[in-house]
Amino acid sequence: MESAININNLSVSYRNIEALRGINLNISAGKLTGMIGPNGAGKSTLLKAILGLININNGQVFYNNKALIEQRKIVAYVPQRSQIDWTYPATVWDVVMMGRITKTGWFKRFSNVSKQKALNALEKVEMTPFLNRPIGQLSGGQQQRVFLARSIAQEAEIFCFDEPFVGVDQRTEAIIFNIFHKLAESGKIVLVVNHDLGESITNFDDLILLNKELIAAGNRQEVLKQENLDQAYNGKVMFFNENDYNLAA
Amino acid sequence: MLEKIIEPLEYAFMQRSLIIAILVGLICAVVGSYLMVQRLALLGDAISHSVLPGMAIAFLVNGNIFIGAFISGLISTVFINIIRTRSPIKEDAAMGIVFSAFFALGITLITVVQKENKIDLNHFLFGNILGVTLSDVRDTLIIAIIVILIVILLYKELLFYTFDKQGAEAVGLPVNLLDLGLMMLIGLTIVASLKAVGVVLVLSLLITPASTAYLLVKRLHIMMFVGVGVGVFSSITGMYLSYFYNLPSGPAIVLVASGLFILAFLFSPSHGLLTHPAKNQNSPQIWQELKNLIKNGNN
Ligand SMILES: Nc1ncnc2c1ncn2[C@@H]1O[C@H](COP(=O)(O)OP(=O)(O)O)[C@@H](O)[C@H]1O
Ligand SMILES: [Mg+2]
Repeated sequence: MESAININNLSVSYRNIEALRGINLNISAGKLTGMIGPNGAGKSTLLKAILGLININNGQVFYNNKALIEQRKIVAYVPQRSQIDWTYPATVWDVVMMGRITKTGWFKRFSNVSKQKALNALEKVEMTPFLNRPIGQLSGGQQQRVFLARSIAQEAEIFCFDEPFVGVDQRTEAIIFNIFHKLAESGKIVLVVNHDLGESITNFDDLILLNKELIAAGNRQEVLKQENLDQAYNGKVMFFNENDYNLAA
Repeated sequence: MLEKIIEPLEYAFMQRSLIIAILVGLICAVVGSYLMVQRLALLGDAISHSVLPGMAIAFLVNGNIFIGAFISGLISTVFINIIRTRSPIKEDAAMGIVFSAFFALGITLITVVQKENKIDLNHFLFGNILGVTLSDVRDTLIIAIIVILIVILLYKELLFYTFDKQGAEAVGLPVNLLDLGLMMLIGLTIVASLKAVGVVLVLSLLITPASTAYLLVKRLHIMMFVGVGVGVFSSITGMYLSYFYNLPSGPAIVLVASGLFILAFLFSPSHGLLTHPAKNQNSPQIWQELKNLIKNGNN
């Protein structure tokens, strides 16, 4: 059976602000899944709720029919840029090694295997030369690649990224999408919040369209129908047509 | 010169207080590094002021002052959390409310009991390092060993947690436990430092050496080592200054630490105000404006 995350009737509110209402959703492994929706739609909230990082009012989240929250070691989560303190005294290496902490266990030092895995991960995101660089002295794209390397080093099965392409250069975007595709092809769950509806959206296999409620989910082209977008963005989004891009390309 | 250095060591009270000062300088720099990178300086201040009633009560019931202080500090953080999570009041205001209330209660209690018992409010507020006993040295040593052990054993987990709480929680690290561990470290360190510098100045030992190190290096454990160097140097130098010039010990230690911070602030290779002027993107705006002001003033 294919691995999958199943979300049942998930609702979240912050004090008295309702953020998510009755979300039912399946996210399957092997596909690159994007999550879109306007600002404040609850994308970050849904990601955090899936991973058990915030209190939920209602609902369950399963991974392969077992509560996801009981299988956290296989989860890699990269928060939104703004959540990270980039002045923290840590180097690229320090951050990537964080991906090896749960595998290493309490009170133990990192093994050589772990170090090798961290090196390989850095190699994949083309950040090896920056190993000893403090994270505050990197560009936005490089910083994002370091976090991607951390999740690769972790050898997770579920990868969750919150807006990884914000403030990122073209080259980084290409590297990251390339790795996302490879992860998805190797049977991982890759869930990416992406508020940009530009051309890069065509990289995703599946999409989740959200605005407090689930508007549509599944195959990208199905989800990107104008009626769905109208409903999610209150008719304010520009017309999106993949064929235009294809013609232009 | 050497004789001068050895001279104070001939007194047992100086030996004891130097040992305490060194231990305190050491653990404050380590734990202060965590406070600093998490921007929790105010929490350090809050806890240090909140231990006062616990110390007073411990005195009254003839209990252990360290334990009384620790419990009091713990209760204050519980109150801060209750106010923060159960009302729209933000964390900094919650801290301000709780720590000033505890501080006031502490001062009141001590003032009331100090008549019958021969104790001095000033010793609580500003420390009394020259009056420490052998059992104080023992208690401080035990606390220092516990603190250092916890930091070494949980180093990688605490690094992850203090850097990226949600990432750490997502992979299943027990973040509430780590948070509690960190609070214990902070509480223990503050309690151990009270004899040396008192509740008012302990924040300096926590924050100043760690901040000095932060201006010089860019990895947490190296920052801790450098901070320890700064802290221990300040402690020793402060004690000697206080011995030879008859200065109050706690303030002398704090002034040395502050002096070292100023040096790093001015001359740090990467951040120094003088050594690294226009390129630096963090401080320069004010610096540039100042420069412009001076220029324009001359015109
Ligand atoms: N910590 C919080 N406290 C209160 N409200 C919040 C908090 N985080 C998010 N919200 C609110 O929940 C809604 C969804 O936010 P979010 O999940 O961040 O949206 P998105 O990521 O899609 O932009 C918004 O209305 C936002 O204001
Ligand atoms: Mg968001």
